[in-house]
Amino acid sequence: MSCFISKYAEELAKNAAYIGTPGKGILAADESTGTIGKRLSSINVENVEDNRRALRELLFTTPGALQYLSGVILFEETLYQKASSGKPFVEILKEGGVLPGIKVDKGTVELNGTNGETFTQGLDGLAQRCQKYYEAGARFAKWRAVLKIAVNEPTELAIQENANGLAMYAAICQQCGLVPIVEPEILVDGPHDIKKCAEVTERVLAACYKALNDHHVMLEGTLLKPNMVTPGSESPKVAPEVIAEYTVRALQRTVPAAVPAIVFLSGGQSEEEATLNLNAMNKLKTKKPWSLSFSFGRALQQSTLKAWAGKEENVKKAQAALLVRCKANSEATLGTYKGDAQLGEGAAESLHVKDYKY
Amino acid sequence: MSAFVGKYAEELIKNAKYIATPGKGILAADESTGTIGKRLAGINVENIESNRQALRELLFTSPNALSFLSGVILFEETLYQKTSDGKPFVEVLQENNVIPGIKVDKGTVEIAGTNGETTTQGFDSLGARCQQYYKAGARFAKWRAVLKIGPNEPSELSIQQNAEGLARYSIICQENGLVPIVEPEVLTDGPHDIKKCAAVTETVLAAVYKALNDHHVLLEGTLLKPNMVTPGSDSPKVSPQVIAEYTVAALRRTVPPAVPGIVFLSGGQSEEEATLNLNAMNKLDVLKPWTLSFSFGRALQQSTLKTWGGKKENVGKGQQAFLLRCKANSDATLGKYTGGSAGGLASESLFVKGYKY
Repeated sequence: MSCFISKYAEELAKNAAYIGTPGKGILAADESTGTIGKRLSSINVENVEDNRRALRELLFTTPGALQYLSGVILFEETLYQKASSGKPFVEILKEGGVLPGIKVDKGTVELNGTNGETFTQGLDGLAQRCQKYYEAGARFAKWRAVLKIAVNEPTELAIQENANGLAMYAAICQQCGLVPIVEPEILVDGPHDIKKCAEVTERVLAACYKALNDHHVMLEGTLLKPNMVTPGSESPKVAPEVIAEYTVRALQRTVPAAVPAIVFLSGGQSEEEATLNLNAMNKLKTKKPWSLSFSFGRALQQSTLKAWAGKEENVKKAQAALLVRCKANSEATLGTYKGDAQLGEGAAESLHVKDYKY
Repeated sequence: MSAFVGKYAEELIKNAKYIATPGKGILAADESTGTIGKRLAGINVENIESNRQALRELLFTSPNALSFLSGVILFEETLYQKTSDGKPFVEVLQENNVIPGIKVDKGTVEIAGTNGETTTQGFDSLGARCQQYYKAGARFAKWRAVLKIGPNEPSELSIQQNAEGLARYSIICQENGLVPIVEPEVLTDGPHDIKKCAAVTETVLAAVYKALNDHHVLLEGTLLKPNMVTPGSDSPKVSPQVIAEYTVAALRRTVPPAVPGIVFLSGGQSEEEATLNLNAMNKLDVLKPWTLSFSFGRALQQSTLKTWGGKKENVGKGQQAFLLRCKANSDATLGKYTGGSAGGLASESLFVKGYKY
């Protein structure tokens, strides 16, 4: 093969396929300490370790929720945390049939000479870190590359650097037994229309898959986490069916069938928007050799956070809100979502923040 | 889109999809004058225009054969030839729902500084030529890029050059209404094993699809004509099942689902080998988002040529031999071929070392 068959090859392919199980998806709970701080402050909760732990405990112990999840992405701190019962989060997830994942990048840095474009850092000592995470129970990893659309962007430099970074990260992960989620996020910011987003997405994805091939990554043991193809944030909205059509076509033109699953990021979409769009894609009658699912952060947690507001007495209410979104998105992966999920407060609220920095 | 959606977009998509119809495939009858000369010499027939015309008439008027074909690739001379009754070949094909195609490359030339690697020429006035061919009834085109496996081959230069060439040819075709068949042939010559062939094929196909994306080619309006993944010619043979597994895995790793059909070249395989391998691929229980069919030259015509021998009285027999291979390959595209539709001729290897078209 042109790909490197690591000793973990079978396990990688099995885990990647499992994550793509129809009816399941990923909860992205890997907000860094800084980022989760913003979420907590928006509900007036102090950003201390115990609150971060309490939030994640709320999520992972929600009765009935784990059946709708095949994976949860964790931040390093969370990988080693426990529930108040003393049980490690990793065990709770595993017992619930959920694979623990780990965010391994170290954020973005500006590319010199560009107009605010970035590349992602985190390659130093990555293999050693991945080995440690594998020992701690992680079975997949995530690395977020970011591109933007503007008059002259994304530049060829930004595309190449980010594609190359994703490919190097992916190859290292596979050598250490972690399924790499490949995430080339094209930000929604801007006045461009959906055609422009489609064009850029296709260009970026083509570069990613060329780089993955160059770096001998085994596609059967990877996942893709792309943006949906949508109009820019300053452009008029379109129907979920239109988003579905443009998104799936972009993927048909660039993502080889060997990739078992595509797990969309939600970007700044509201919880309900993200679910409706995913549902429309799964209803579309066209060639889709990969499963289409979710890897949502804000779009799974928004109403949960608001319902919780950091108060112990709200935990059950908050968990109920999470369950609603998990079930809704599970149905969306099957194309059976009827849009009747009881909308929690904030489920229809846009989560777009201009120039959002994680 | 990043794809160029010109005025022919809908037509291109429709024609590419039709060519990829399950149960049908392509007859590659586009041998240049020099190449067909070798074939004719092999059966002691003089290489003059009327003989070239007689051979193609035999093929295109074979009763019932055309029902198994969705396209025929022609050489320029043939595009303008007629049957002995005076009917243009193009009309014969069109009336039988077979789309005429045209070879538009002008052969390979060596890349200086490499160890015998080549690039393909044919860009001069390509757009204008495509327009002419479209007017004459052609609706798809073919351009053959060639790569070889050696200790240091294929080189990055060769891969890049050939991928770029295929991409540039493709967009020019699409601008002029012709569905481009993208053919990056990795030659079988050599002692390498099937794993090496797979690795090279995947690398080459990845480069090709990156180039197609760079050049804004509309994938839904293209077809791919790759080699099957096999051991090298100097290496022990393997079963059709193994060839099928490696080939389909290579394609799943590189060919986007937007491509409607993959039409394999036969290389030096015998008629029967090529059919059995294609059949095994279609039987493979794995997700394949494109149809898998044939674009065979030698592997469809070998026994026909020998049976005909250039003699008028053998035309009927020659046509029967041709019909047999067409049906066999049609069955293979459906995974229904049960084998044995062969005489000894069908099992004859067609491998010629360092084969030059």
